Amino acid sequence: MSVIKVENITKVYTETAVPVHALNGVSFEIQEGEFTAIVGPSGCGKTTLLNILGGLDHPTSGRVEISNIDITEMKDSDLINFRLNNIGFVFQAYNLIPVLTTLENVEFIMLLQKVDKKKRRKRSMDLLEQMGIAEKANQRPSELSGGQQQRVAVARALASKPNFILADEPTANLDSVSTSNLLDIMAVMNREEKETFIFSTHDQRVIDKARRVITLEDGRVKSDEIRE
Amino acid sequence: MYLTLAWRNIWRNKRRSFITIGSITFAVFLACIMRSMQLGSYERMIENAARFYTGYIQVHKNGFWDDKTIDNSFEYNKSLISKIENTPGVEVAVPRVESFALAAFGTKTKGAFVLGIAPEKEDQLTRVKDKLVEGSYLSKDDKSVMIAQGLAEYLKMGIGDTIILISQGYHGANAAGIYPVKGIMKFPIPDQNNQTVYLPLKEAQWFYNLENQLTSIALVVDKANHVEIIVADISVQLDTTALEVMGWYDLMPDLVQGIEIDNISGKVMLWILYSVIGFGMFGTYLMMTAERMYEFGVMMSVGMKRILMQFIIFIEMVMMTSIGVIMGVGISLPILIYYYNNPIFISGEAATAIENFGVEAAYFFSLQPSLFYNQAWAIFIMALILSLYPLIIIQNLKPVKAMREAI
Repeated sequence: MSVIKVENITKVYTETAVPVHALNGVSFEIQEGEFTAIVGPSGCGKTTLLNILGGLDHPTSGRVEISNIDITEMKDSDLINFRLNNIGFVFQAYNLIPVLTTLENVEFIMLLQKVDKKKRRKRSMDLLEQMGIAEKANQRPSELSGGQQQRVAVARALASKPNFILADEPTANLDSVSTSNLLDIMAVMNREEKETFIFSTHDQRVIDKARRVITLEDGRVKSDEIRE
Repeated sequence: MYLTLAWRNIWRNKRRSFITIGSITFAVFLACIMRSMQLGSYERMIENAARFYTGYIQVHKNGFWDDKTIDNSFEYNKSLISKIENTPGVEVAVPRVESFALAAFGTKTKGAFVLGIAPEKEDQLTRVKDKLVEGSYLSKDDKSVMIAQGLAEYLKMGIGDTIILISQGYHGANAAGIYPVKGIMKFPIPDQNNQTVYLPLKEAQWFYNLENQLTSIALVVDKANHVEIIVADISVQLDTTALEVMGWYDLMPDLVQGIEIDNISGKVMLWILYSVIGFGMFGTYLMMTAERMYEFGVMMSVGMKRILMQFIIFIEMVMMTSIGVIMGVGISLPILIYYYNNPIFISGEAATAIENFGVEAAYFFSLQPSLFYNQAWAIFIMALILSLYPLIIIQNLKPVKAMREAI
């Protein structure tokens, strides 16, 4: 089943003196349960593509359908709600809320979804256990290592039961051990829970783990490789 | 959790929060002190003026206030006095006969202001006994007078000398009398010190041929701010076609005007203070907004609605402002209570200069509850208006732009 359908999207930034064509006729589909890496050199349009897939930015032309819903024409206010219930985000800089504990950070998304307190506490603890950081539940992000913080970020992204998770350079700030641990956890979530992951990355270790690699160059899909 | 989040957000940058809370505390503290001094001086001026002569409320014949002649007098009866004295809030009703006479001693004469008083009641209103510098105070059956020091010096007379008073009595009757001087009083206001003569009420009524009549009844009330209500209560009970009931604000329009003008300048000073503090607070709000721009972008990316984010920021502002306001009032209150009970008295030449204007040389403080909640509200509302800035920023925030530009 297709989770994301991208049809011929272009993105032109006109704020600069010379218009910048960040994306130029990009099309692809992502199926449920995929573990996909979007790769390419700096400036190829990875982040722009991820922003558009995440409903954070609008394409100049083309369509993006998520679970058969066209998000390109959605109003900003509807997109916020759509993101909350359909998309999980993992950022390069973790972006946890510094004043909340690990558990509260994971709970927070469900609080926004108005999930009952008992249910959200239980799901948060379950996710932290799956991430192997349940013992850090009451610690603040500043007391955790980078790898641990990124695992909390993944737990937070999964907490809302999204259709897919968008991860923008999730391992860029991690050492090799933390990267390996994080990738293992995400691979397990993908294999066992059928969670769909889409990464933008430069990291060869992530690329090696991906089962599909979409390579962008100059705003176009250069290659789309599916691995078994 | 939203409240927890707002509370913890306040303390994530302690220095910034301390600066914000500190400026609010300082603003409230300074505003309360300034306003307390100003209102305290007004209260004292009103009290002094009311107790100096007019009373907080005065009852007199209709027309007397515009034409203060002895013919505009009214009958003094027990039913009238009991109606007035039984009105809630009235402490003492002080009967008076007021007119003018020519005072003479030896070869000197001078126009004098003659005041017929019930000695004990008059003292409860004007504390006139305290002004006595020589001799003794009048009793109600005396056939003698007390005169002001300036008049005594002009006429070159002292205790035991006999003063001659000549005037026109009720309905044109002749008024003449000879009275020994029983006491000499000193008043701070030169006009009063140079022309006042006190007679016992009965003797004044006899002198002016008034037959149990008064020119006015001055009232002492429990609280100055009850005057309007008491005036209304008394007016209902009396025949207002014959008698007029006036509050201190009608009796002393010059004082009211003076206070109003001074009050405006005080308020201008307060607004200058608010503005200075407001700019300081706005600076910290700008810093806070700039610091958290990335975070706002992230929050919105993960699905947090603008309104919810604005609510949390608003709660943060409300919490910080409340802490500042409570601290400001909390610090100023004990200081003001102390100075309310222990006014700051000025001494030396400055004191003499002030006293020459008939004003007590001291700083008095007020503890009117309104001065605290007015300052608290003013600062609170100002802080909340300033907090609109981050709320507007959030309203127009684009998550991608916020995250990109904040890096």
